[in-house]
Amino acid sequence: MTVDVSNYIALSAVMFFIGVAGVVLRRNPLIALMAIELMLNAANLALVAFARAWANNAGHVFVFLVVTVAAAEAAIGLAIVVAVFRRAKNVDVDEVARLHG
Amino acid sequence: MIAFYALGLVLIASAIFTITQRSPVYSVVGLLVNFITLAALYFTLNAEFLGVIQLVVYSGAILMLFVFVIALLSSGIGPFSEGPNRLPRILAPALLAVVIAFGFLAFGVLHAPLGPPASAARTASVGTVGSANVFGSVGDFGTALFTTQLLPFEITAFVLMVAVVGVVTIAGDASPSPTLGHHVRRKRGKEREPIVKAGR
Repeated sequence: MTVDVSNYIALSAVMFFIGVAGVVLRRNPLIALMAIELMLNAANLALVAFARAWANNAGHVFVFLVVTVAAAEAAIGLAIVVAVFRRAKNVDVDEVARLHG
Repeated sequence: MIAFYALGLVLIASAIFTITQRSPVYSVVGLLVNFITLAALYFTLNAEFLGVIQLVVYSGAILMLFVFVIALLSSGIGPFSEGPNRLPRILAPALLAVVIAFGFLAFGVLHAPLGPPASAARTASVGTVGSANVFGSVGDFGTALFTTQLLPFEITAFVLMVAVVGVVTIAGDASPSPTLGHHVRRKRGKEREPIVKAGR
């Protein structure tokens, strides 16, 4: 039994769903952001696996772009957490219902 | 093959560890193990440059950002508030969604080729890992990045610019300082209502 691209895709899918579970279940925004990082990295793994299967480095450039977007997303997400925490000493995602109306 | 299964096991275990920990600091440690394992998986896929990027940018920069924010928020303040566990309520739909998604995935893997057809396989052009200008090396990646993929590279710069401006706008220092426009900012800040609903 050899390891081909489908093994990597299955691994990527499992990791993605662990990330989804983290975002849905955890109410700590920091851990939710980490779960989002997990999902982005699972997508990156799939891209790298496909790039290797086709011997085409466009996938690598796309992963580079995703890493940049992930860095921007983490920075802005953490900035929002800090801004919310500064106004109210609480960062439970369920309590932050100002936009809920 | 053994490397793939060992790394995959560590990858999944560390991901589960990340989302199940009570304290975000432990989650960061789990995420660190996850990212390092992922970098190793990239090396098994000939993506040398991306493996290094994974180590430097993710394990170095992004996780450091998380650690700083955790240190900033949890100093002298109680733990994050706790609520009822949401798992029982969403377990059935979540399992259904996972089964459907993996069903589609298995169908796709079994019925459509994920890789190129054997006639078009260019695995021979991948070359030996470690030598210059083979698939996934820094030379190969850089050549693509600055020639055929120049537009995505420029968009990357723009995304980072947006992130920097956004972070300064959202979490910028609101304390009085002799900078331009700080009076305007102070006045606006007084009219703001609290973001958190009281009494919940």
